[in-house]
Amino acid sequence: MKKMEIFDPAMCCSTGVCGPSIDSELLRMATVINSLKEKDIFIKRHGLSGEPQDFVDNKVINDILQKEGADVLPVTLIDGEIAKTKEYPTNKELSAWLGVEVETKQPEKTGGCCCDSDGCC
Amino acid sequence: MILMGVADMINLIYEPFALDKINLTKYLFFTGKGGVGKTSTACAVAVNLADQGKKVLLVSTDPASNLQDVFHTELDGKGVAIDGVPELLVANLNPEEAARAYRESVIGPYRGKLPESVLINMEEQLSGSCTVEIAAFDQFSHFITDKAAASQYDHIIFDTAPTGHTLRMLQLPSAWSDFISESTHGASCLGQLAGLEEKKGMYKDAVSNLSDSTKTTLLLVSRPEKTPLLEAERSSIELRELGICNQLLLINGVLGEASDDVSQKILNKQRAAMENIPHGLKQLRTFSLPLRSYNILGLDKIRAFFQSDAYEKIASKIKAEEYLSIDTLIEDLHRTGKKVIFTMGKGGVGKTAMAAVLALALAEKGAKVHLTSTDPADHLRYIIAGKENITLSHIDEAQELQNYQDEVLRKARETMTDEDIAYIEEDLRSPCTQEIAIFRAFAEIVDKAENEVVVIDTAPTGHTLLLLDSTQSYHREVQRTKGETPISVQRLLPRLRDAQQTEVIIVTLPEATPVFEAARLRDDLLRAGIQNKWWVVNQCLSMTKTENPMLMARANTEKQWLEKVSEISSGNLVAIPWLQEASIENIRK
Repeated sequence: MKKMEIFDPAMCCSTGVCGPSIDSELLRMATVINSLKEKDIFIKRHGLSGEPQDFVDNKVINDILQKEGADVLPVTLIDGEIAKTKEYPTNKELSAWLGVEVETKQPEKTGGCCCDSDGCC
Repeated sequence: MILMGVADMINLIYEPFALDKINLTKYLFFTGKGGVGKTSTACAVAVNLADQGKKVLLVSTDPASNLQDVFHTELDGKGVAIDGVPELLVANLNPEEAARAYRESVIGPYRGKLPESVLINMEEQLSGSCTVEIAAFDQFSHFITDKAAASQYDHIIFDTAPTGHTLRMLQLPSAWSDFISESTHGASCLGQLAGLEEKKGMYKDAVSNLSDSTKTTLLLVSRPEKTPLLEAERSSIELRELGICNQLLLINGVLGEASDDVSQKILNKQRAAMENIPHGLKQLRTFSLPLRSYNILGLDKIRAFFQSDAYEKIASKIKAEEYLSIDTLIEDLHRTGKKVIFTMGKGGVGKTAMAAVLALALAEKGAKVHLTSTDPADHLRYIIAGKENITLSHIDEAQELQNYQDEVLRKARETMTDEDIAYIEEDLRSPCTQEIAIFRAFAEIVDKAENEVVVIDTAPTGHTLLLLDSTQSYHREVQRTKGETPISVQRLLPRLRDAQQTEVIIVTLPEATPVFEAARLRDDLLRAGIQNKWWVVNQCLSMTKTENPMLMARANTEKQWLEKVSEISSGNLVAIPWLQEASIENIRK
């Protein structure tokens, strides 16, 4: 069984709802991780605000942070090796890496920042 | 004409306050709208108890605390002894300072171990409103649960923040206790406070101490005026619902006698307010405290507060033309074409009426005006009804929170299955969600200034400070966020900082505490890069024709505060006389 770790940037909370806006990617990741955990896949999520020590202790992460700075986050490790940086993995990538079905509705790509609060672009 | 003192009438029903009349518990909490005299009362209780040989700790959790001014002593969060009161220690908790300290305790150990950009990223996230809330609550619960403090002091007295803030803070323990135990994913705003779970016990003890009538007394401080009484009722009911039932009501500023027209009007107004005391306060044991001719600053005044008054008969009137009239302010706003106008200040200084006056005057001059109130402002609806060029809206905090939660959940449902929605709902229960929600409502309204002049009377000072503080930190975050940040949010801070578009008018009263608080508010605005030009000093007794010696003595003390404001504002000071009916029409006369 593969082991996945995600190193998040500093966030108020893992779903991002306490930021200035709602980030659908964060919502999706929170859900995906939950469903993967239910399938007994080993997933560990590290938050920069809550667990900065993890970012020091993990050599791979510390190296890439020293080299590329905070913008490299989020970083996904599969079995200790970097699988993806700067973005969260898509459901498809997760399925491929972990060999399991990942079922959540992928958010439809919206027109960036210009949607009004009614959600119509 | 026989002039019957309202104090006599009120005293028939409500006895004068004295320390030996109440059962003094270990913890005493003072709460009430800003400016009603909770600081003065809390200080007087603390000093008088200490004078009796009791060991007393006085703690302020108000972000805009003026305890330093009252004691003429530089204070800190741990407790400072006061010269001349050997048994008294005074601690001034500054939640924002505590949040800074907390941030440093988290980030400090990683300096040199993680790159600078990572540290900045962490720091930014720890600058949010929840960090301040957590820090404030953490300090507060420490004082109310600390066993050493409990045995060291006979009484621990809390001079709490204005009502809204106090309530939020007091509501946190039960909200958080549930939150922590219900949080199955372990990911929430609280996650950032390392070891919170370990503190669960302390927070639980804090709640249980608060609601234990043998340990805690809540002293609601109010004035014999309609708005502060309604505010007191709201606090009383909400705190009762939280299980804090050992409550007393102190009516502060009761005028003793009338001898002329102005004093008679004040008496009548006080009498009417007390006769119509809100239903929710009727069951409380109620005491009265007399209006004093002096401000409660310095030990002598603090000691005298419950005992006596002494004033010299001085006739010192200021002439209305010494300071500018409201028309000068209106003309300046109109001429410079301001698009966003705030009236700011502590609760009870008349921000709402001032905002309405300005909005109506600008509308009369032909500007298209939108007036927004954060206070439940039904009377405003009545006042602007049928007027041209003016619209009104109300920022309802509870409603805004609901709207935001609904919006998040709607978006969540686009990508999530029903069972996962529960996860999001959990994060939406966090204390910072409310701050976000109100911030967004605020941004949307300011955004209307694209097409019209927006006049906003802001929430009480402590809250406003937090709001503006979050405005700033969110603005920084907006620049890198991946989410769908509303345009209004992105545009807000640059607009607030643009002195061409925005005018912040500070409203205050010609008294020590309100002027100190307003000056601090101004400093905070400046730190956030927001300019302030105009000040309005409301309810000046010195501009009335009173010949009542007591009121004249009070009027005389106003002079130094008017001068102080004139100095701060470089003469951009509008003074408004005390009015029996501070209605929109009367203010402009």
